[in-house]
Amino acid sequence: MAKAAPARPEVKPLDFLDIDHLLQDEERMIRDTVRKFVHDRILPGIEGWFEKGVFPKEIAPELGRLGLLGMHLHGYGTLGVSATSYGLACLELEAGDSGFRSFVSVQGSLAMFPIWKYGSEEQKREWLPRMAAGEAIGCFGLTEPDSGSDPASMRTSARRSGGDWILNGNKLWITNGGIADLAVVWARAEDGIRGFVVPRGSKGYTTRDIHQKLSLRASVTSELILEDVRLPESAALPDVTGMRGPLSCLNEARYGILWGVVGAARTCYETALEYSKTRHQFGKPIASFQLTQEKLVNMLLELNKAALVAYHLGRMKDEGRLAAQHVSFGKLNNVREALEICRSARTILAANGITLEYPVIRHINNLESVLTYEGTSEIHTLVLGEAITGIQAYR
Amino acid sequence: MTPSAIIKLRFIAFTEKARLKIVVTVKQIPDPNATLKLTSDNRLARDGEVVLDPGDEYGVEAALRIKEAADEAEVVLVSMGPAKAADAIRKGLSMGADRAIHISDDGLAGADALTTAQVLTAAIKGESPDLVVCGCESTDGSTGMVPPMIAELLGFPQLTFAKQVEVSGSKVTIQRQTDVGYDVVEADTPALITVTAGVGEPRYASLKGIMAARSKEVKKVGLGDLGVTRGKPAEEVLEVVEAEKRQAGEVIEDDGNAVEKIVALLAKVKAV
Ligand SMILES: Cc1cc2nc3c(=O)[nH]c(=O)nc-3n(C[C@H](O)[C@H](O)[C@H](O)COP(=O)(O)OP(=O)(O)OC[C@H]3O[C@@H](n4cnc5c(N)ncnc54)[C@H](O)[C@@H]3O)c2cc1C
Repeated sequence: MAKAAPARPEVKPLDFLDIDHLLQDEERMIRDTVRKFVHDRILPGIEGWFEKGVFPKEIAPELGRLGLLGMHLHGYGTLGVSATSYGLACLELEAGDSGFRSFVSVQGSLAMFPIWKYGSEEQKREWLPRMAAGEAIGCFGLTEPDSGSDPASMRTSARRSGGDWILNGNKLWITNGGIADLAVVWARAEDGIRGFVVPRGSKGYTTRDIHQKLSLRASVTSELILEDVRLPESAALPDVTGMRGPLSCLNEARYGILWGVVGAARTCYETALEYSKTRHQFGKPIASFQLTQEKLVNMLLELNKAALVAYHLGRMKDEGRLAAQHVSFGKLNNVREALEICRSARTILAANGITLEYPVIRHINNLESVLTYEGTSEIHTLVLGEAITGIQAYR
Repeated sequence: MTPSAIIKLRFIAFTEKARLKIVVTVKQIPDPNATLKLTSDNRLARDGEVVLDPGDEYGVEAALRIKEAADEAEVVLVSMGPAKAADAIRKGLSMGADRAIHISDDGLAGADALTTAQVLTAAIKGESPDLVVCGCESTDGSTGMVPPMIAELLGFPQLTFAKQVEVSGSKVTIQRQTDVGYDVVEADTPALITVTAGVGEPRYASLKGIMAARSKEVKKVGLGDLGVTRGKPAEEVLEVVEAEKRQAGEVIEDDGNAVEKIVALLAKVKAV
């Protein structure tokens, strides 16, 4: 039998460093499944949802059936996939739209995670299976009108009254707030910050959606209003007191973000690459101009570097070696570079780059939120600054 | 309840819950979206990315739908191929098949259709299935010969080009896709069917399915285990010739009866 000559290593424009090769079969399959779902269920509708400013709630149970909600947790109807697989799922979702990745991040990492980690057995049984199935939607209330980067300054209070708790305060910028069946609300109690599960319909608890957003339009962002909301002791998360509670949740969600934004960047890179080869000016494709090639190559470099960072942090998380500062590294670098890639793609598409017919301006606008939420780029910069100098600069 | 009544009840439960066993043949093929290369002996180079043959995804889908409609059924995948075929098998298991047999043997490289059919038959026989489900043809080799050969070697009736399948008792009924509609065809089980894309969009391997596939049994067997020795190939591919370039399309100018002309053209190519 003729032996085939050793194949010369190939370079793939869409996976230049062959990161695919680093993944395990199961991870690749999970990625492909989510990619197909995004292609079939999200891409056909996204322009319309974004333009109208709606999140299609009917997708939630579909995300649940697929297994994406709380996928990295164990038990109670969740799947317990690896951190790398969770990251890959975030990447594929955000390649569709950051709004859907946000939905999954909030549901899994910000609402299910605290119940799973700090909740009572009763709370876990009551909420987690339904949340994993997408039948109950959760939100996470930490930020307040006067308390953003410094959440420890929160004013929302939890006061004891007999055996009950009374909650008062406002939470602002809360993803999923208006469609949530339950809110995990963080409030100041006598002994420190405590978490509470506030079911929709609790007396004194209302929500108001924020309209006129130009970013994350296919995602609901709301205000939570708590006026003398009386909750039984069983509504409090028993196993955590202090800022450690909400911060640990954010750390989980940020980890998903540092993967997710690679997806948004990939979509913009692919769109720009394709466009540059088919759009002709001065009698030739714009890809033949050196300035365009330089843009494409810079995008290629940063996209692949960001993907490698995500992959590396994923493996570290799976090995239990990931510190919060590592997550800051990934979030800061990857969101910043993703935004830069998308903006550069926009210049290649020029006028077409500003319409919803192409995904580029939508991703740019979405990433403006992603740059801010889950710790602004400034705060992550100062977290890293502290990590290497030992000097805290943000207080 | 008297003891005899209990025995009777048990007996009924047992007979009514007759377990249906479905074997699906699956194959891993070079990713059809990648550029395909030939080796010097006119075989497809199989060193690149591989995927579960899209035609076989319909086979798995059809089997899973039959299983869901049945009281109790088991779907067993049978695949012949190199170590890499494990990926295709895992995909099928992730979609929901119960277990798999992976026939892998260095002595099988470059097997022709007849050898493939003989080997698959040997493995299928060991399972004594009620139903064998195949794609109509593989997407890479495209000979379309293997399923009929298997049916012949097993001595099973074969129902081809099924766009819908129903199993009831010991009968299998299919809608056989034709150019103009479908025929309804029936056979006694055990039988072999080949399915078209008409059976329905293959389901996603859900994450749950992917995780569950980890613990499903994949039995690895070689030629010796099956008691098959490889005979002389019955065929050889002598030459591979590229398809003719497509002719430029026909432009119909509208001189008042363009609609009729277009309809006539469409009818000619059987598009309407
Ligand atoms: C679309 C969207 C969804 C959101 N979803 C949620 C949610 O689900 N739940 C939730 O609790 N919150 C949510 N947020 C809120 C988000 O986390 C906050 O917006 C974020 O923490 C920043 O707070 P701020 O907007 O009040 O900005 P501020 O904290 O007021 O910051 C203003 C500017 O000052 C900078 N700054 C502040 N302090 C320092 C410092 N010490 N050193 C240097 N620079 C500093 C900031 O980096 C920023 O540039 C969401 C926000 C958006 C936009």
